[in-house]
Amino acid sequence: MNYYWNWGIFWQVSPDAAHTYLQTLLLGTAWTLATALVAWILALTLGSLVGVMRTTPHPWLVRIGNAYVELFRNVPLLVQMFLWYFVLPELVPRGIGTWLKQLPDASFYTAVVALGFYTSARVAEQVRAGITSLPSGQRLAALALGLTLPQAYRYVLLPMAYRIILPPLTSEFLNVIKNSAVALTIGLMELTARARSMQEFSFQVFEAFTAATLIYIAINIAVTFAMRRTERRVAVPGYIGMAPPATAE
Amino acid sequence: MFSNFDFDIIIRSLPYLFYDGMTFTLTLTALATLGGIVFGTALALMRLSGLAPLSILAAGYVNLMRSVPLVLMIFWFYFLVPYLGQWLTAASQPIRVGPFTSSLVTFMVFEAAYFCEIMRAGIQSIPRGQVWAAQALGMRYPTTMLYIVLPQAFRNMVPVLLTQTIILFQDTSLVYVLSITDFLGAASKIAQRDGRLVEMYLFAALVYFVISLAASHCVRLLQRRIAIVR
Repeated sequence: MNYYWNWGIFWQVSPDAAHTYLQTLLLGTAWTLATALVAWILALTLGSLVGVMRTTPHPWLVRIGNAYVELFRNVPLLVQMFLWYFVLPELVPRGIGTWLKQLPDASFYTAVVALGFYTSARVAEQVRAGITSLPSGQRLAALALGLTLPQAYRYVLLPMAYRIILPPLTSEFLNVIKNSAVALTIGLMELTARARSMQEFSFQVFEAFTAATLIYIAINIAVTFAMRRTERRVAVPGYIGMAPPATAE
Repeated sequence: MFSNFDFDIIIRSLPYLFYDGMTFTLTLTALATLGGIVFGTALALMRLSGLAPLSILAAGYVNLMRSVPLVLMIFWFYFLVPYLGQWLTAASQPIRVGPFTSSLVTFMVFEAAYFCEIMRAGIQSIPRGQVWAAQALGMRYPTTMLYIVLPQAFRNMVPVLLTQTIILFQDTSLVYVLSITDFLGAASKIAQRDGRLVEMYLFAALVYFVISLAASHCVRLLQRRIAIVR
């Protein structure tokens, strides 16, 4: 391979004249993590809500929940990002649209919302699976004891369901981190985007991508490790341990 | 809200969107699925081979591919494939690789990791007695795998493989980052040329939605039929 390797490139100053290339990559990592974390909170909240809706005895709530999941699962994430970023500001009243377009860090907020809604559909699937995996006696017993339906979810069903679905939720969290790279298409300067721009300015393609890959792997290992510990701590006594965590969908 | 909507632009660009764009997307999806399944099955066999170097290599590969974003992989291979080609053909210069070949290699190599995990689960779902029975009948490892284990594993996993193909179909939209004219790329080019972002992106979303929804319904029907047979 006649490629000129230059690993010293990371200590050279990048075109923004303030940071070295390594620092720009670390800044990108911070954006990746910030986007993923906020999107994850949104996804967990919305996803739990929709997942619960789909297990209630009300057929209309179930239908709305199902439609929600189908809608967000069957459109590619990239297209959803474009819809939030380019299309939404045109469809709302002019004043709000202009405000949305001029928002500082608009691409960050858009990425969070797009990623949050996209992931919420997947979380909703997991939450529903977790609740339906419980013996139906648990719900019936809770209701027979005089708990209202919300109380039955709050005190009986959800605490069990979350502990059961922790491994697939870990995979979904890892997916959010990876999927945040799609936000580079709307101008978010996260890790992949920084590696790409480092490649454009320094021509050191493989060094830049190697560094980004290593950072992603490190994040992956850290999250997997932390979640395994959590899984062990919250494992439901009496259940056949947790399935080994898969790292993706 | 929809008062200055220009539906005509969608009608006029239909040939370009579908003939140029969707053809690329579907061809890429089909070939990447085929390649991914073949390569993924090989990886699954390596992981389950019981030979430490092979299974560590395959596991490392799968974990690597599943730790990094697809977008980063697309960039990696866009720059790497010319050098790989040079190395394989022993040429003196990095070879020129078209966007189709580059994205096809990326998707095959990337999705193989996911197909590997599916095929591994499929192979593990076959009772071990079948392997013993095959060996007792005098079959060697390749014969056992090819005629006994893999056909059943494959059949059990058809719904999951197809679901992964639907995900792959949606993921192909990411070749947008290489400015390739896939379906979304075509829609985006017209959107930017004519300043009709709202119409084109909504239409693109609708098309992806309808195709994915229809496909996943077919998978569900198929799943039910397979379930009855067993």
